[in-house]
Amino acid sequence: MTDIPQNEVASAEEAAPMHAAVERRALAEFWFYFSENRGAVIGLVVFLALILVALLAPVIAPYGPNVQDRNALLVPPFWEEGGSTAFLLGTDAVGRDMLSRLIYGARFSLFIGLVVVTIALAGGVTLGLISGYVGGVLDTIIMRVMDVILAFPSLLLALVLVAILGPGLVNAMIAIAIVLQPHFVRLTRASVLNEAGRDYVTSARVAGASPFYLMTRTILPNCLGPVIVQATLSFSNAILDAAALGFLGMGAQPPTPEWGTMLAEAREFILRAWWVVTFPGLAILITVLAINLMGDGLRDALDPKLKRS
Amino acid sequence: MILFILRRIALLIPTILGITIVAFGFVRVLPGDPVLLMAGERGLSEERYAEMLKQFGYDQPIWRQYIDYLGDLLRGDFGNSIVTKKPVLTEFFALFPATVELAFCAILIAILVGIPAGVFAASRRGKLVDQVLMGTALVGYSMPIFWWGLLLIIVFSGNLGWTPVSGRISLLYYFPAHTGFMLIDSLLSGEKGAFLSALHHLILPSIVLATVPLAVIARQTRSAMLEVLGEDYVRTARAKGMSPGRVIGVHALRNAMIPVITVIGLSVGTLLAGAILTETIFSWPGIGKWMVDSISRRDYPVVQGGLLLIAVVVMVVNLIVDTTYGLINPRIRH
Repeated sequence: MTDIPQNEVASAEEAAPMHAAVERRALAEFWFYFSENRGAVIGLVVFLALILVALLAPVIAPYGPNVQDRNALLVPPFWEEGGSTAFLLGTDAVGRDMLSRLIYGARFSLFIGLVVVTIALAGGVTLGLISGYVGGVLDTIIMRVMDVILAFPSLLLALVLVAILGPGLVNAMIAIAIVLQPHFVRLTRASVLNEAGRDYVTSARVAGASPFYLMTRTILPNCLGPVIVQATLSFSNAILDAAALGFLGMGAQPPTPEWGTMLAEAREFILRAWWVVTFPGLAILITVLAINLMGDGLRDALDPKLKRS
Repeated sequence: MILFILRRIALLIPTILGITIVAFGFVRVLPGDPVLLMAGERGLSEERYAEMLKQFGYDQPIWRQYIDYLGDLLRGDFGNSIVTKKPVLTEFFALFPATVELAFCAILIAILVGIPAGVFAASRRGKLVDQVLMGTALVGYSMPIFWWGLLLIIVFSGNLGWTPVSGRISLLYYFPAHTGFMLIDSLLSGEKGAFLSALHHLILPSIVLATVPLAVIARQTRSAMLEVLGEDYVRTARAKGMSPGRVIGVHALRNAMIPVITVIGLSVGTLLAGAILTETIFSWPGIGKWMVDSISRRDYPVVQGGLLLIAVVVMVVNLIVDTTYGLINPRIRH
C-alpha cells in the first residue's frame, strides 16, 4: 500500500516527504478502523498498561520477587479473614508476596511473546519470501518441512523439542518459535504468489530492481497486513504455550516468577489456598485476552475485504 | 472420488516420511549417548554396553539405522518402553480409547453449544446478546486451559463436592474393559451406578477440553452465518414470506456449515494438544498424560513412538475431513 512504483523514478528529496504523507494517511485510516472496535481499544489500553507494569516492576512492586517472609506463609488476600494489607494479594507457600511476583511475571510473559514472535516472524517471513519468490525445488523442500512441523500438535512438538534441548525458558522460547513459524511461512508465501504477478512488480523489475530489492522493498510491504494479524495471534499463543510448558515443568524453572511456573508450584495448595492458583492464571488470561482483542481490531482494520462490507 | 482420495493419500507420503525422520532423529539428536541415556543413572558394564549398542543397531551407519527403523515400523514394531518393557504400540492402543472418549465428549459439547451460540449471535448481530456471546467466546479462546481446569476443580470438587478430582471411574467398580470406552463398558457391566460414576469423572475434563474448540466454533459459525445471511437466496427466501426461524435454520445454516465443518475437523490437533494438559490435570490415563510422563521419565522409545503415532492420527483425521469436505462440496475436488 505504501510502496508506489513512481517513488523509484522520483529523486530522493521528492520521495521522502511524499512517502511520509502517504504513511501518515495510511496510519490515520488504520486508526479510524481500529478505534471503531471498542474491544480493540480496551485491549490496547490493557496491553500498554501491562508494558508499563513490566517496565516499572522494580519501582511499583512492594517486595522483590523472591523475598521470603517466614512469618507469613500462605497469607490470604487482604479482603479475606486473616489477610493483611502488607500483602495485598496474599503470599505463597514460602512467604513470597503474590502481587510482587505477578508484577515481575509480566516481564517474563511479555518478553517471551516479543522474542518468540520476533524469531518466528523473521524466520517465517524470510522462508516464505524465498519459497514464494524463488519457487521450484527450494519451494517444495521448504513447504514439505513446514507440513511436517504442522502435522504435530503444537504443544506436543514444543514439549519434545524442550526435552531435546533441556528444560528452561530460553529453550522453551526457541521451541515455541519453531512450532509457530510455519504459519508465517505459509502466509507470506501465499501473499507473495498473489502479488508477484501484479503490474507494479513487473514494472519495478523492468526498471532494473534486483531480486533482493523486489522481494524486500517492493513485494514485502504489500504482504504485511495478514502477517501483522498473525503476529498478534502468535504473541498470545506464545504466552499461552510458554505458560503451559512452565506448568508442565519444562519451561522457566522455579523460583522464576513466570506465571505458568507459579501455577505449577501452586498446584498442591489448590484446595487449601485458592489465591495462589487463581491470580497467576488470571494474569495470563487478562494478558492473552487483551492481545486477542487487539488482534481482532487489527484484522478489521487491515483486512480490505471486511473493510468494504 | 476415489481418484481424489488416492491423490490426497499420495500427497501425504512426503509428510509421513518427514514425520518418521523427526521421530527417528529425535533420539539421535539428544545430547549424550542414547544407550547410556536409556540405561539411566545406574550405568552399564562394558559388555552390556556393546550388547545394547548392537541390539539397537547403533553400531550401523546412520542411513542404515533409518532404513531398519522404517522396516520395523512397517512390521508394526514401534519399540519397547524402557520403564514397562511393553511394546509401545500395545501401550498406545491401551490408552488411546481414554483420549478418544474424552476428545469425543469435548467436541460434542463444543458443537452442541458452539453452533447454536454462533447462530444466535449472528441473528442478533450488534445487539447486547451478540456482544456478550462473542465476548465470552473470546475469553474462552484466550483461556489457559490448565488454569481453567484447576479453577473448576476448586469450585466443583473442592467447594461443592460434586465431581471427583481425578481418574476415569470410582475404585468401587471393577469390570472387564471390552471396548476401552468407560461409558460403554460401564453400561455393559450392568453394575449399578457405574455409568453415573464414569459420567461424573468425565464431565469436568470434557468441559475443560471443549473450551477452546467451543469458542472457535462459535466465532466461526457466527461469521459464516453473517456471510450467508447477506446472500441473494436468503433474501429471496425472506421475500417469499418464510418465517425467520426457517430462513436461518434451513437456508442459511446449511450453507454456513461448510467452513464450520472444516474448523471442527482441524480442531483435532488442538484437541490432542489440549489433551496433554487436560489429562495431566485430571490424571486421566490417556495418551496425553502418557507422553508427558514418558518425557519426564526419559522413556525415549515411548516418546519416539508416541510422537509418530499421534502425528499419524492427526493426519488420518485431516484426510477424513478433507474427503468429507470433497463429498459435500464437489467444487474443491478439482
